[in-house]
Amino acid sequence: MATDLYVHPDYYNLDDLLTEEHIMIRDAARAWVKKEVSPIIDEHYEKATFPKHLLKGLGEIGAFGPYIPEEYGGPGLDQISYGLIMQELERCDSGLRSTASVQSSLVMYPIWKYGSEEQKQKYLPKLATGEFMGCFGLTEPDHGSNPGGMITNFKDAGDGENVILNGAKMWISNAPFADIAVVWAKDETGRIHGIVVERGMEGFSTPEMHGKLSLRASSTGELIFVNVKVPKKNILPGRTGLGAPLSCLDSARFGIAWGALGAAMDCYDQALRYCKERTQFGVPIGSFQLQQKKLAEMITEITKAQLLTFRLGQLRNAGKATSAQISMAKRNNCEIALNIAREARQIHGAMGITSEYSMMRHMANLESVVTYEGTHDIHLLITGMDVTGIPAFTREMSESK
Amino acid sequence: MKILVCISKSPDTTSKIAFTEGNTKFDENGVQYIVNPYDEWYALVRALELKETLGGNVTIITVGNAADEAIIRKALAIGADDAVRIDADPKDAYFTASQIAKYAKDNSFDIVLTGKETINYNGSQVAGMIAEELDMPFISLATKLDLNGTTATIEREVMGGVQVVEVNTPFVASCAKGMAEQRIPNMRGIMAARTKPLTVIPVTNNEEYTAYASYSMPEAKTACKMISPDNMDELVSLLHNEAKVI
Ligand SMILES: Cc1cc2nc3c(=O)[nH]c(=O)nc-3n(C[C@H](O)[C@H](O)[C@H](O)COP(=O)(O)OP(=O)(O)OC[C@H]3O[C@@H](n4cnc5c(N)ncnc54)[C@H](O)[C@@H]3O)c2cc1C
Repeated sequence: MATDLYVHPDYYNLDDLLTEEHIMIRDAARAWVKKEVSPIIDEHYEKATFPKHLLKGLGEIGAFGPYIPEEYGGPGLDQISYGLIMQELERCDSGLRSTASVQSSLVMYPIWKYGSEEQKQKYLPKLATGEFMGCFGLTEPDHGSNPGGMITNFKDAGDGENVILNGAKMWISNAPFADIAVVWAKDETGRIHGIVVERGMEGFSTPEMHGKLSLRASSTGELIFVNVKVPKKNILPGRTGLGAPLSCLDSARFGIAWGALGAAMDCYDQALRYCKERTQFGVPIGSFQLQQKKLAEMITEITKAQLLTFRLGQLRNAGKATSAQISMAKRNNCEIALNIAREARQIHGAMGITSEYSMMRHMANLESVVTYEGTHDIHLLITGMDVTGIPAFTREMSESK
Repeated sequence: MKILVCISKSPDTTSKIAFTEGNTKFDENGVQYIVNPYDEWYALVRALELKETLGGNVTIITVGNAADEAIIRKALAIGADDAVRIDADPKDAYFTASQIAKYAKDNSFDIVLTGKETINYNGSQVAGMIAEELDMPFISLATKLDLNGTTATIEREVMGGVQVVEVNTPFVASCAKGMAEQRIPNMRGIMAARTKPLTVIPVTNNEEYTAYASYSMPEAKTACKMISPDNMDELVSLLHNEAKVI
């Protein structure tokens, strides 16, 4: 990629609503990304390799569990800080943000919220620095949008100390290199529990999935459990049922809403610069109304999304954001980001399809972002249910004739 | 080793530059300030490196108002131990230098470092004036600084080469590119900065010897003029008569 000149658009002076510390955290994350990630991200994307050497740096800028309290090794920041860090990471690449989201919201969050004191002490400080990496196993080959149908399960080993875990998870970010996996599985009564599975446990493997044309700089794999003996003390005691993993998804989706907006802002920033620099027919292409329309619509959507996202941050800080409110932001921001990536790419003409610019990479990445953590359709159904009070997720199929 | 690093603010390089009050004042409206890069990347980071190897304390000082505390927190997040803000809108180089010199005299430092200039005013005067007020040696535009006991070996870039200077502490030096590498504050640093001491002290001296008469913007870039490759004479004449570069 060419030199990273990113400056974030702030049409409604939203920076005025941030604290001095928010800005310092955001700027530090941005400076780190420009120095360490922008110069190498394309190569990793092209080769489909995960830049593992960045993990320590991600820990240092606070990207792993920014809201985890200091007593467990986190910096104890607010939700807006979390959002801003995710935004800066995804501004560069959704894969990088995915790694940080999973670590923060899907691994550290459940351990912090539902773990025993011993589990928190054992895992959280090392997860905060990136010394330990984690992954989150919810999706299964046959259960994506409907995770409640999962078949991964555990039974009492009969030795008083362990359970025996069987099943398989698919599409799991960070799986191939994770030290621990927070796995959601059913007990003998069909109740869902979170259980921490450690690399090295017999019968546990994490094959990498290949052939992704999206999120290529992020590593995705399977989690396979064949009679894995897991100590009972690895079960998260604090909460059971589908609500437990769904609450983690709330936290992650909140980060994604900020992140996807970051990708949109990056695309707009490049498109605006290109419009002023590129001349055709003797004038900058930004002097054509058709290009101005694209830019004007992009900045309008970005500004609306910034306001939505910031307000969601306030609500989440106050502990008042509903799952449905988070769904709306995740859905909206992924959609506008995808649209903006496409429009920005068109503004760049042929140059837009090269790795010299990031739009094409963002566009392909965002296809994963719009799918994981609840597809675009599922979030629409969540909003629909929230406003009508009528769930429309399942339907009876009439007998085929 | 007690080191004082002088920190100034400067507008983010992407800021729109405009003037008010009949072009006599910089328009701060909507301007984001950063720590002047020469102060941050070179003076501060080298001071921290010296402290990390030799022990001691790094104090940062700025002449500015309460709004400037954001840049102070950043310098603290990067690693300075404590901070001093002299509560005034800096007026000119002498005004700034005399405030800092007064503080430095009362608190005796082994080394006083500044950036070689600010990227907005490019005055390069404050460090020399501080040295004069403190009656200390001054080394400008330092690109390397090593310390052996109380003797510092300092490199300066001069026309066509490098000059090596030896000087004993205490001294004042202004730092240029090459002295150190930028440090990005990490989360631990940002958290630690919350509780590091920041002392605000009143102005001691209100003398100012200069006033800004007016500012103007550089001439806007004009369109590129294309000259046919076989028309050398026209090119030469334009370079000579219009651009006046040959
Ligand atoms: C790169 C990547 C990383 C991922 N990382 C993780 C991870 O770390 N951990 C994890 O657990 N999972 C992860 N996932 C899985 C992701 O969460 C699922 O892919 C997602 O939930 C969708 O499930 P599915 O792919 O099985 O699609 P399906 O559920 O089969 O959906 C297929 C289509 O049907 C639609 N559909 C489904 N149900 C309904 C309905 N009721 N009404 C209307 N339309 C419906 C969907 O919207 C979609 O368009 C990841 C996925 C990707 C691509």
